[in-house]
Amino acid sequence: MSMADTDTPLVRFGRVLRDNPMIPLIAFLLLLIAVLEVMRPGIVMPFRIGRDGLISSFWLGNLIKFAIPLAMLAACQVLTMLTAGIDLSVGVVATVSAFVCATLSSIWGVPQAVMMALACGLVVGLVNGFGVGIVRVHPLIMTLGTGLIATGCLQVYQRYVINAGSEIPAFLEWLGTGRTMGMPNGLFLFLPFAAFILWLMRYTGFGRNLFALGSNETAAKLSGVKSWQVLMALYALSGLIAALTGLLYLGMIRAPSLSLANPLLLPSVAAAVIGGTSIFGGRGSFAGAIVGALILRVLDTMLTLLQMPEGARTALFGLIILAVTALYVRITGTR
Amino acid sequence: MTDTPLLDASGVAKSFGAVKALTDARLTVARGEVVALMGANGAGKSTFVKILTGALRPDRGRVLIRGQEARVGSPRGARRSGLVPVYQEPSLIPDLDVMDNLRLGDTPVDPFRHWVEALGIKGLRLTDLIGDLPLATLRILDLARALAAEPDVLLLDEMTAALPTDLVERVLETVRAKADAGLGVIYVSHRFTEISRLCDRATVLRDGRTVGELPIEPGVEDRAVELMLGETIDLGQRDAATLQAVRRGTPRLAVRGLAAAPKLQDVSFDLHAGEVLGVVALEGQGQDELFDVLAGFRKPTGGTVSVDGQAASFAHPADAIAAGLSYVPGNRAEALLAQRSVRENIALPFSARMRDWGPLRLRHERARVAHAIEKLQIDTRAQGEVQRLSGGNQQKVTIGRWLATGVETLLLFDPTRGIDVRTKRQIYPLVRELAEQGAAVLFYTSELAEVPLACDRAVVIFGGRVVDVIEAGAADEATLMRAAYGLTAQEGAA
Repeated sequence: MSMADTDTPLVRFGRVLRDNPMIPLIAFLLLLIAVLEVMRPGIVMPFRIGRDGLISSFWLGNLIKFAIPLAMLAACQVLTMLTAGIDLSVGVVATVSAFVCATLSSIWGVPQAVMMALACGLVVGLVNGFGVGIVRVHPLIMTLGTGLIATGCLQVYQRYVINAGSEIPAFLEWLGTGRTMGMPNGLFLFLPFAAFILWLMRYTGFGRNLFALGSNETAAKLSGVKSWQVLMALYALSGLIAALTGLLYLGMIRAPSLSLANPLLLPSVAAAVIGGTSIFGGRGSFAGAIVGALILRVLDTMLTLLQMPEGARTALFGLIILAVTALYVRITGTR
Repeated sequence: MTDTPLLDASGVAKSFGAVKALTDARLTVARGEVVALMGANGAGKSTFVKILTGALRPDRGRVLIRGQEARVGSPRGARRSGLVPVYQEPSLIPDLDVMDNLRLGDTPVDPFRHWVEALGIKGLRLTDLIGDLPLATLRILDLARALAAEPDVLLLDEMTAALPTDLVERVLETVRAKADAGLGVIYVSHRFTEISRLCDRATVLRDGRTVGELPIEPGVEDRAVELMLGETIDLGQRDAATLQAVRRGTPRLAVRGLAAAPKLQDVSFDLHAGEVLGVVALEGQGQDELFDVLAGFRKPTGGTVSVDGQAASFAHPADAIAAGLSYVPGNRAEALLAQRSVRENIALPFSARMRDWGPLRLRHERARVAHAIEKLQIDTRAQGEVQRLSGGNQQKVTIGRWLATGVETLLLFDPTRGIDVRTKRQIYPLVRELAEQGAAVLFYTSELAEVPLACDRAVVIFGGRVVDVIEAGAADEATLMRAAYGLTAQEGAA
């Protein structure tokens, strides 16, 4: 007997949700936005014309603007989690990239600085790939380690460039803070980026191999997949994406510091998990992670509106993430 | 009371939604009787077993144990009422030692020890960690544990699948002796040889109902297969002239003195394009290592392999694949992406090489996959996730993967293990057809009766060495069995 015959309607409903994980996610996002509207009438749907209309588009634009770097880092987590890995160095890599770009722009010129920033991400990614794919260190340990090493290097580097001052390249500022028709310019980067990641996962041999490695590494090996090649390329790509995110974030925040993008790390993991990506590999969706990032941003707005002390806000944020994830896992039967 | 059967199940029906798994299943077991329960996959066998052991409740019908209505409802309840199952998969906890596992099941230790000895496992310590013990031993421990519980009825579900032949013998002897002393046994198996040696009767299920109860007597195999399928197939042998033509010229695969310490000692053979070469061996004679080396999973410690006359060595399965060697491992779980679709599973090798990492050639892929599915008659009703397919269909997917890429040399390791007769009978002609179309097939099987069905000849490996080469025409089970035990080699030496 195949398993399909022994299921209760509830399990079958769960399977529909699992096969279409976007349905409950988007429903949840809309629910949260509705709650937000109740908490602060007019923030989402202004009923009076005029000034409130501006507020609404401002809020939506802001929501999207701050969700973009989160969703980009979540892409790193989704891709690595597909192979049952994780990349905990992305926060640091984004910071390094932003810092390197800001400090070198005034010395070397902008194009060189940007190239150097991306190269930093690539190098950390390659080291991660070497450790995970060839030495077979657990990705959690490996990327945590390289993240710490990169933090240390950044501190040493800071001492040498402290006098040079920093400069934010104008086009990054345009990308990070500018708006076109009420929507953040970051979308000019993000939309092609998202399309690329979705295409990569679904319509390329590389994407297939990611799913295969996470589902059953022996089966992949048996079919001729050399896992070290895939992992090497995967972590290098993850490093590059993190560096790119750092550049965008630099333009957004406009004040490079030694821990600029670090606070984005755990939310990026949360966005991926909320979006239905399994940390055990073989199952994941970047579209889900994007919605996950939006959900996290809406939650953040709600907690800010509650005017709680910072500590309570952070604790509540963690609690909500756990609850949402647990609920989602229960409904869809994924893990 | 002696007339009351130990177990009497009748009119058992069970549906899952719209799917009727069982409509009218019945089974009786008298004292001292061994009853085979047979049926192709999808006949409802596993549902029936689950109902008998109390894992599922029937919609209709009753299960009487010693004349008492067994309101089983739970495995523990069935156990208390005197029915103890032993399954194909070991049910011991790998992280605990033997003693702790016994304690968990309230198994008395001394009887357990007695049965372990009787079943031919020497030197087992109760402090041994389950995870360190070989698979075959674990199956025996499961059986010993069941026997130690002094059941009225013992249910053996495919428990001999992949047991080495000598242990199978011990199991059959022990179970038979225990039955002669009054135990009732339900024996679920695909293997006719074991059934005809052990069982008194066979109960055959088809499409959810019991379609026949046959006494075991000569010729029962044909009757049982007829009942299960409603048809019989006879595969003849290829004629000698064709085979001679096939074996001329450079062999596709030439293995010389191949060794992989410690088990594989010295194996040589030629495999030509267009032929199916059987490999016959008892468990653990080096056949696993032989296939691992040929598939690129393991480095040999000696000897050479050449493909089409070119020396070859494989550092990774990718190298073996590049040389045209496709491997279907014995354990389906190793080869499949359980949560992924049939299409992705079959298309997996298409994107393995780095140069194929780019955009998928979807049209090409769909065509190749559709071809493989059609060729193998894979039931694709549950194609969204391979884990929802039946065992036989899963095995077809692992073979279909290589059909889609184009087979040159196919390494099949026990491809029919634990799958139903219907699927088996689709696999033999398929293997032959592939060979006739020019593929070279190396076919290891733990079921000796398969050799004349699928192979042109067979090499027999014993103690890591080739001890005999037998043409399929002469490969009856007795001959193969003697050879597999190394008997011909000893005679030669004497």
